[in-house]
Amino acid sequence: MTAELATRGITKSFGGVQALAECTLTAPSGQITGLIGPNGSGKTTLFNIITGYERPDAGQVFLGSQEITKAAPRRVFALGVGRTFQLTRIFPRLTVLENMLVPSGHLRGGPAGSPGQRNSAGGGRGHRERAMELLAFTGIDGLSGALAGTLSYGQRKLLELSYVLVADPAVVLLDEPAGGVNPSLVNHLADRISELNKAGRTFLIVEHNMDFVMGLCHQVTVLDYGTVIASGPPDLIRNDPRVLDAYLGSALLDAQAADEPAVDD
Amino acid sequence: MTAQRTLRAAGLVVLLAVVAVFPLVFTNPTATLFAIDTLIFVIVASAWNMFSGFSGYLSLGHAVFYGTGAYFMAVAANDWHMNGSAAFELLPLAGLVAALIAVPVGLIALRVRRHTFVVITIAFFFIAQLAASNLSVTGGSSGLILPSPPFASATFNNPFYYLAAVLAVLTVALAWLVRRSRYGLQLRAIRDDEDRAAGLGVRTMPVKLSALVLSAFITGMAGALWVYFIGTAYPMFVFDPLFDLAVVLMAFFGGLGTIAGPVLGALVLEPAQQWLTLQTTGYESEILFGALFLVIILFLPRGVLPTAAEYLTKGRAVLARRRERPPGQSPSELAESRGGSSRS
Ligand SMILES: Nc1ncnc2c1ncn2[C@@H]1O[C@H](COP(=O)(O)OP(=O)(O)OP(=O)(O)O)[C@@H](O)[C@H]1O
Ligand SMILES: [Mg+2]
Repeated sequence: MTAELATRGITKSFGGVQALAECTLTAPSGQITGLIGPNGSGKTTLFNIITGYERPDAGQVFLGSQEITKAAPRRVFALGVGRTFQLTRIFPRLTVLENMLVPSGHLRGGPAGSPGQRNSAGGGRGHRERAMELLAFTGIDGLSGALAGTLSYGQRKLLELSYVLVADPAVVLLDEPAGGVNPSLVNHLADRISELNKAGRTFLIVEHNMDFVMGLCHQVTVLDYGTVIASGPPDLIRNDPRVLDAYLGSALLDAQAADEPAVDD
Repeated sequence: MTAQRTLRAAGLVVLLAVVAVFPLVFTNPTATLFAIDTLIFVIVASAWNMFSGFSGYLSLGHAVFYGTGAYFMAVAANDWHMNGSAAFELLPLAGLVAALIAVPVGLIALRVRRHTFVVITIAFFFIAQLAASNLSVTGGSSGLILPSPPFASATFNNPFYYLAAVLAVLTVALAWLVRRSRYGLQLRAIRDDEDRAAGLGVRTMPVKLSALVLSAFITGMAGALWVYFIGTAYPMFVFDPLFDLAVVLMAFFGGLGTIAGPVLGALVLEPAQQWLTLQTTGYESEILFGALFLVIILFLPRGVLPTAAEYLTKGRAVLARRRERPPGQSPSELAESRGGSSRS
């Protein structure tokens, strides 16, 4: 079982800057939802509000039927929502394996086998073994003894994804997982996300790499000036005039141009 | 690796043996006096490091706990007429009183971070010093005199020496246990990124506060032992601003957040300080120490041991690279070839 994540009418301004205005969106259970929009359209701010790092001026956040609007980050995490940061936040002076041991692996108050605990059903296995399994899954187990601060940017992104998975979150929020990552790692990352999703996890992914978003996501929501301007399957979104408008002259158009000849053929 | 581990174990055994026989070989009371001072700083620097080094919250107010333990000892030994080895039984109680004081101090100071935290710990120090100079229970500025221990004068220092040695060994062992525990990991995660740690389920306040309380407990015991040894308690010596600077310098010198670092710092710097004080008149030794502080913060901010370890690792990596061919392009190898320079 996984959970649906939804926001309703989220509004937030910083001084005079309106970062979010009546933002309402849904990341349906068991799906990969893309969240795109031009720079400064409020994507990261929305993540911060969902995960309790910021308070909204108005609006609500729901996890399934439960309202989590004012929950602190620790509680949101305990309820099964894990996230990564646009600029990764790993623990640089801990080793990669130690980073993996920071999150509590048994956070949810529920009984063993409660939502999201699929991988730890075996019981007696140690925290450490599970950490090594996850590192092997993301492909950085060879670095378990290295100080996290010595990792490359792409490796940090993989590490942050890995330790978020330690607690078996039902919902995973990724803020630009492919940004600045070596192209050979981007496909690796997409495969891993896809695999985790097939095991039942819900994803909400902010990403500027349009090939990545369009190839991976079941549905895409577009933010512009803090408001949702479009939402739907990737094929509809990439041809939506409002989206093209918002993105005029930026990444989506480039991706569009590259795709067009193939479509016309 | 196993060779290295054997070497380390052997070094530890030799060190413990030296500590055990020192007063038998050096019977001169001045030598044991220096040694007791040094051991007390091993205890306090390790205890300080267990909180500040692991969590990143730099306390300049540990003298509050040291002084609290000391004054408790002075008052209790007098009021309850405890002397000799019976007085030593007061040490855990002195630690407990210091730990109790650490609870409100922590609840207030641990709400803020970095510079603000440091400033608040300094403020607590001055409050404690002021209180000690003005309260009647501490004897105000005229101080307190403790009962004189009934030990034979030839070996007068030895009970203090061995007690300090046992406490030092226990403290270092405890620091080692804490560092390799999940609790220690959480402390070090707080040091690196407290908000992120909280967002991953770490209960940051209880973790920080308990570390401070534990550190204060040990520091209070050390203060009690020290005051019983010197026999008098005056506010300006019991609450000494140079005490905190010395402790911080020792931990920084050896390596903040390591186990051996504060021990090395105390073993090198306390005897050096004592020796300098003997060689010079007036304030030269303190000026020299201030200069040393600057040199360490500027050139060895991570301490002697981590810096040495880094050079060793780099040297080994260079050797290994000469032997092996460059790795392929799996994700882990990719990072190995690209990372490596971004350590802070
Ligand atoms: N803490 C803050 N203080 C002031 N302004 C902020 C703050 N956080 C965000 N903003 C502003 O809110 C707006 C939305 O920012 P946000 O980071 O959410 O955008 P984004 O969609 O994530 O952009 P990007 O694609 O560049 O990451 C921007 O105008 C930004 O400058
Ligand atoms: Mg952003």
